[in-house]
Amino acid sequence: MPLLEIENLEVGFDTEAGFLHAVDGVSLEIQEGKTLGLVGESGCGKSVTASSILRLVPDPPGKIMGGSIRFAGMDILAMPREELPKIRGKDVAMIFQDPMTSLNPVFTIGKQLGEVLRLRFGMDRKAARARSVEMLATVGIPDPEDRIRSYPHELSGGMKQRVMIGMALLCKPKLLIADEPTTALDVTIQAQILHLIRELQRETGASVLFITHDMGVIAQMCDDVAVMYAGRVVEQGTVADIFERSLHPYTRGLLASVLRRGARRKADLPTIEGVVPSLFDPPDGCRFADRCWKRKGLPPGEQKRCYDEDPVLRPFRGGRVACHFPVDGIENGAGT
Amino acid sequence: MTQNASGGGSSPESTAGGGAGSALQGGDALLQVRGLRMHYPVRGGVLGGRIGSIRAVDGVSFSLRKGETLGLVGESGCGKSTLARALTRLETPTAGRVLFEGKDIASASGAELFRLRREIQMIFQDPYSSLNPRMTVGEIIREPLAVHRLGTKEEQLGKVRDLLETVGLGADMVGRYPHEFSGGQRQRIGVARALALDPKLVIADEPVSALDVSVQSQVLNLMVRLQRERGLTYVFITHDLSVVEHVSDTVAIMYLGRIVEQGPVDQIFRSPAHPYTRALLEAIPVPDPRQRKDEAPVKGETPSPVSPPPGCPFHPRCHHAIAECRSTVPELEVMETSGADPAHAHTAACIRRHEI
Repeated sequence: MPLLEIENLEVGFDTEAGFLHAVDGVSLEIQEGKTLGLVGESGCGKSVTASSILRLVPDPPGKIMGGSIRFAGMDILAMPREELPKIRGKDVAMIFQDPMTSLNPVFTIGKQLGEVLRLRFGMDRKAARARSVEMLATVGIPDPEDRIRSYPHELSGGMKQRVMIGMALLCKPKLLIADEPTTALDVTIQAQILHLIRELQRETGASVLFITHDMGVIAQMCDDVAVMYAGRVVEQGTVADIFERSLHPYTRGLLASVLRRGARRKADLPTIEGVVPSLFDPPDGCRFADRCWKRKGLPPGEQKRCYDEDPVLRPFRGGRVACHFPVDGIENGAGT
Repeated sequence: MTQNASGGGSSPESTAGGGAGSALQGGDALLQVRGLRMHYPVRGGVLGGRIGSIRAVDGVSFSLRKGETLGLVGESGCGKSTLARALTRLETPTAGRVLFEGKDIASASGAELFRLRREIQMIFQDPYSSLNPRMTVGEIIREPLAVHRLGTKEEQLGKVRDLLETVGLGADMVGRYPHEFSGGQRQRIGVARALALDPKLVIADEPVSALDVSVQSQVLNLMVRLQRERGLTYVFITHDLSVVEHVSDTVAIMYLGRIVEQGPVDQIFRSPAHPYTRALLEAIPVPDPRQRKDEAPVKGETPSPVSPPPGCPFHPRCHHAIAECRSTVPELEVMETSGADPAHAHTAACIRRHEI
């Protein structure tokens, strides 16, 4: 049984410009001890999906309108609000791109770490402090004895992210949700943080949901990958399938536009023409159809199907894809 | 000079007169930066007096040939953006020279500085905050033409339309406002504005870092095409080594206000000499699940430029550091030259550059 199972999740936002259907029928699952990468470009709904798991979508203006989220047998969307703290920061921990989202600026690092331990494990103040110092050292913070008295603003971005991860590790969560945790960090610090997340997983066997726009990070960290586009999952498969035999034309386009070491300098890079459709008024058929290189090569009758008929995410060659005409072989639309 | 001694004797420049001066003036360098320093006072104490200084840029030198791109790489706080501000004279350097076609921007003033500024334009990282939201796209692109009083208003408007076509937005966008555009389109507006004065040199500070990957490649394609068509020279500042490898002819790696390695892009990426350059290259997550790495990456963080470590600034994080690294400040030394052109020499500031 998967540890986390999301089915047909629907999330929308009431905005000044109208109703925004940010997540439109997303289904995902994560097996125990595995890492699922959720990848897509800005506005595709990946962060909203992640926030929904802990019901952190601000309501209003946001609203989880439908679907189910099952974590370790519990139906999270059906739980009374007052029961949510039982899983937040305990069985499920979350780290964000901006660590200040979860660090409180008015308390010291030590107080915030200690609180986790006292609430979760009923440790006394002294034991909690000792364990916190130990954890700061584990996540690579120099002089942890001193640092424990620091306030968040006294730390660099990389240090704050380490504290966040340290706090998440103290909980010994079954599921870690990491929403672009390294996007704002320098590349050497990113490498350290990714290393840390891997070590956590080795030690505790936790599952990880890793949200990123970076295909390099996906390749390095994930077992399975779900690709999102315009509020939907358009493809899901193992990391090897996604990188070597992806089925959706969007996935291929995304992979083709990633810069690779040793490619010809100053040569024209493959791009994905056009723009993402508006989620205020999404098109009827396939949401990628207008930009799709694969569709452009089809006979008019089949192209009509792309525009008229909404493709559902269906099982296909071991993975799942939402495309009427999945890609075969090595074509990737590069240069078109 | 070492460069001449070890460089290929076949190049005509290497035989032309010996002194460092003539070698540095040689070739067709558009930009030559010599010993550039940018220090900021740190104030403190009861009287708020100067108690120290931040050496944001601490003795940077490089040459850039016309029509080429220098990739300037480094992580936050390395001084790369401060360097960009000094090159465009948004700030006046503490010391050093910035020679543009032989004229010193660092000491220029008045009418001469105004004229030099026309030749050097900048593209910024954030296309959301670098465009005035209350101006139309047409006004934004025309502004530099109006400031420099180039042509009649009709001529300026014609130029704006041409520029909008050039960057792939279309002349009919002239009356729209920035908020009506996506991030990638806004960066195209930034490019059009930078090109309005037909500059020779464009300093691009993280121009694609805020963009999604598919949009990033569109903007890179545009910049490469414009360089080819207009013979533009770029200083391309970024923390992203994959972008640098794609766009650059030469690369300079900065760490704590200094260049620690520089040279032709192929040599830097194929045979990096400085341990910091190697650490940066190893830290890039490779977009291929068959090439996973799990070794411990370089330790620690960049120290504060207020109190940089003694000796080599990288030694506290370096796997190869020896006792001498803690006391000796390494200078850039030539690894291998590509002819005698100093703009294309491969240099590294590491005392162990030949053994590691």
